[in-house]
Amino acid sequence: MNRDQLSFVRHDMLPEAEPPVTEKGIVKWLRENLFSSVSNTVLTLAAIWAVYYLVSASGPWLINGVWDTSSLSQCREVLQGQVGGCFSVLTERWNQLLFGFKYPTHLYWRPALAFVLLFVALAPVLFSKIFPRKMLVLTGLYPFIAFYLIWGGTILTPIFALLGIVLGFLVYRKLIYQSAAMGLLGGVATAFVFWILTGMLGDTVAGVLALEPVASRDMGGFMLNLMLGVVCVSLSLPLGILLALGRQSTMPIIKVICVVFIEFIRGVPLITLLFVANVVLAYFLPPGTNFDLILRVIIMITMFASAYIAEVIRGGLAALPRGQYEAGDSLGLDYAQSMQFIILPQALKISIPGIVNVAVGLFKDTTLVSVISMFDLVGMVRGPILASTAWNGVYWELFGFSALLFFVVCYGISQYSQWLERQLQTDHH
Amino acid sequence: MSAITDPPPKSFRLSMLVNDTRYRSYTFQFIALVLLIMLVSYLGANLVQNLADQGQNISYGFLGEPAGYDINQRPIPYENQDTHMRAAFVGVLNTLIVAFLGCLTATIIGVFAGVARLSQNWIVRKLMAIYVEAFRNVPVLIWILIIYTVMTAAMPAPNAFRGDTPAASMVLDAVAFTNRGVYVPAPIWGEGSMIVVLVFLASIAGAIYYRRYATKLLYDTGRLLPMGWPSLAILFVPTLLIFFILGQPISLDYPVLKGFNFGGGLHIRGSLIALWFALAVYTGAFIAENVRAGIQAVSHGQTEAAASLGLRPSRIMNLVVLPQALRVIIPPVISQYLNLTKNSSLAIAVGYMDVTGTLGGITLNQTGRAIETILLLMLFYLAISLAISGVMNAYNNAIKLKER
Repeated sequence: MNRDQLSFVRHDMLPEAEPPVTEKGIVKWLRENLFSSVSNTVLTLAAIWAVYYLVSASGPWLINGVWDTSSLSQCREVLQGQVGGCFSVLTERWNQLLFGFKYPTHLYWRPALAFVLLFVALAPVLFSKIFPRKMLVLTGLYPFIAFYLIWGGTILTPIFALLGIVLGFLVYRKLIYQSAAMGLLGGVATAFVFWILTGMLGDTVAGVLALEPVASRDMGGFMLNLMLGVVCVSLSLPLGILLALGRQSTMPIIKVICVVFIEFIRGVPLITLLFVANVVLAYFLPPGTNFDLILRVIIMITMFASAYIAEVIRGGLAALPRGQYEAGDSLGLDYAQSMQFIILPQALKISIPGIVNVAVGLFKDTTLVSVISMFDLVGMVRGPILASTAWNGVYWELFGFSALLFFVVCYGISQYSQWLERQLQTDHH
Repeated sequence: MSAITDPPPKSFRLSMLVNDTRYRSYTFQFIALVLLIMLVSYLGANLVQNLADQGQNISYGFLGEPAGYDINQRPIPYENQDTHMRAAFVGVLNTLIVAFLGCLTATIIGVFAGVARLSQNWIVRKLMAIYVEAFRNVPVLIWILIIYTVMTAAMPAPNAFRGDTPAASMVLDAVAFTNRGVYVPAPIWGEGSMIVVLVFLASIAGAIYYRRYATKLLYDTGRLLPMGWPSLAILFVPTLLIFFILGQPISLDYPVLKGFNFGGGLHIRGSLIALWFALAVYTGAFIAENVRAGIQAVSHGQTEAAASLGLRPSRIMNLVVLPQALRVIIPPVISQYLNLTKNSSLAIAVGYMDVTGTLGGITLNQTGRAIETILLLMLFYLAISLAISGVMNAYNNAIKLKER
């Protein structure tokens, strides 16, 4: 047997062949993702047609848009029958859309500044790893600064409010060594006594460092949505935690109170609660008191949101293993301590997605105040702007703009919450 | 020697009420109860005082008085001389109509979009993601207003259908989209139509029975009967036979242009369509996320196990994935139904006469009885919520994993 008898022996490797053209690059991707089967191809074609339809309908409208006329009829003249959006309604009514139609024009810088400061105040909370903890002081001060900027009036009002809280906190720190309950009661009582005492000063100090006051019925536009959203979410978080703890409590009376409150609020639409704020709440207040609609609405929306947040946090509490509660007890911590140091940090972390959902939902629901004739963004669009002779009939531009504003804010919040979830992930996958 | 022991607690000291865990909870509950009673009595006293000042009282007598306003959509006979009670009832029915239609449509849209988000097809996947994000992140009120604008401002007026070369035409000669609403053919129930309906109901029962029988046969003997076409046949063949034997007792009343408007047919108002469609697409986006999460919650090992048993893809979906996914999907979807029902109260923004529009709107404004009407309104929604959560709890108990 010699080598010649073997018909063929390969001594060297074949050079690598290129994959067939259908199995590489964009063709492969297209085949796998768009045209893998008959039904898939049909779906792809239908989807492409839908995209084409949308783009061809809205493209010229966007591109031909007119940005600098002062009424719809002028805009139509400029367009001369072409398809195009009259975006000049946005530029002309920009301030109204953002601030409402009654906020004094020369004071626009104040809410604008408050809006910018909001980011400074939120930054240390949202990105706690990047910004130093000391910046949290700014967050604590922000509500008072924002109040002073937006509502105006004497600077003493927010300062007294702040001092009351600081005093209450100091008393709380003094009494906390006896028990958490004593500390809480003492702190709250001190703050209230201080506020009542300073409230007696009344008008005598009204002129101290006063900014021009703005009544809350003059506020409107997207500013009102943002105000309601920020205030109500931040107020409803602590309330929601308390309600959730109350609902988990072993004390039957407290549990019943919390369950009834939560289930009642969750069972009725927000709009009925806004009706309550609008027409019913006044009956339950002492005769002659007349606090403004915004405050009443804030109270009702806060109650509404806190019930939903309570349910989310209850889910977080229930998801914790029993061992965590027992660990707290075995360390000799009392109820307040074990909640503060062991249970709540974990429960709140689990609840972040749910809380963000509630917050986004609440921010969207602030548009409902337009139904009780407050002029938020939607109220401004439906009321003063669409009803004006100059802009009667400019629907798409206005509604599209409102939708876009809300989309940017809500989508931003939900993206942030997903990022935060990844940051807080302590288990290893 | 004697061991030093704690002296037995001699007597009850007042500080034990705050510091001793045995008594502390009673103290707290007592304080909470006292505070609650104080709050309620304070509010109640204010209420009595305010009502006395204005010469009013709490009374539901207004429910028996003539309402004096018209309702444009009347599922039951109603005239403006009927009572407020009946007006409120018409509103309740209108709420239930839009809630039912909305839930049904939202489920269809949501299931479709949720499944499509998991599709192999890149472009479909992305389109559905855009749909879900766009609708979840924009207030439903804005969507309702946008669709209402489409229905009123963008649709042709009825007189556009007139003439030899009309600017607008009816779809399939049966459905007219106008700025006054949509006109669709209405069924006319002629003589003998009850028989057709009864036969159809009987066929539904028959189809269900056949499927049960086939399943039982499969489990008992392993013999596989076809399911799809026989149940379809049982559903429709007898009904169609009876329908033609009886000489077509059910016919359609087509809308036709009469004068300045369409006559005949069923008139679906723009407000109903706006509310229905907006609620459906908005809630559908949420349901899509629930469906997607539910399907993804079924572990991939289940699919692989089923495939290694030799099941076909359709059977894997039907027998393995869906039963497990539904357990995750249905509870959140039911709470979306609840949200949709509550959101239907936004009807007031487009003038759809639901219970918020009649009882909480016009009746409130006419009689000025804010407390009574809003209390009734809240009780109605509360009753619906409690009913739906009751259904949900029953379902959750029924499908709970029975672990030993």
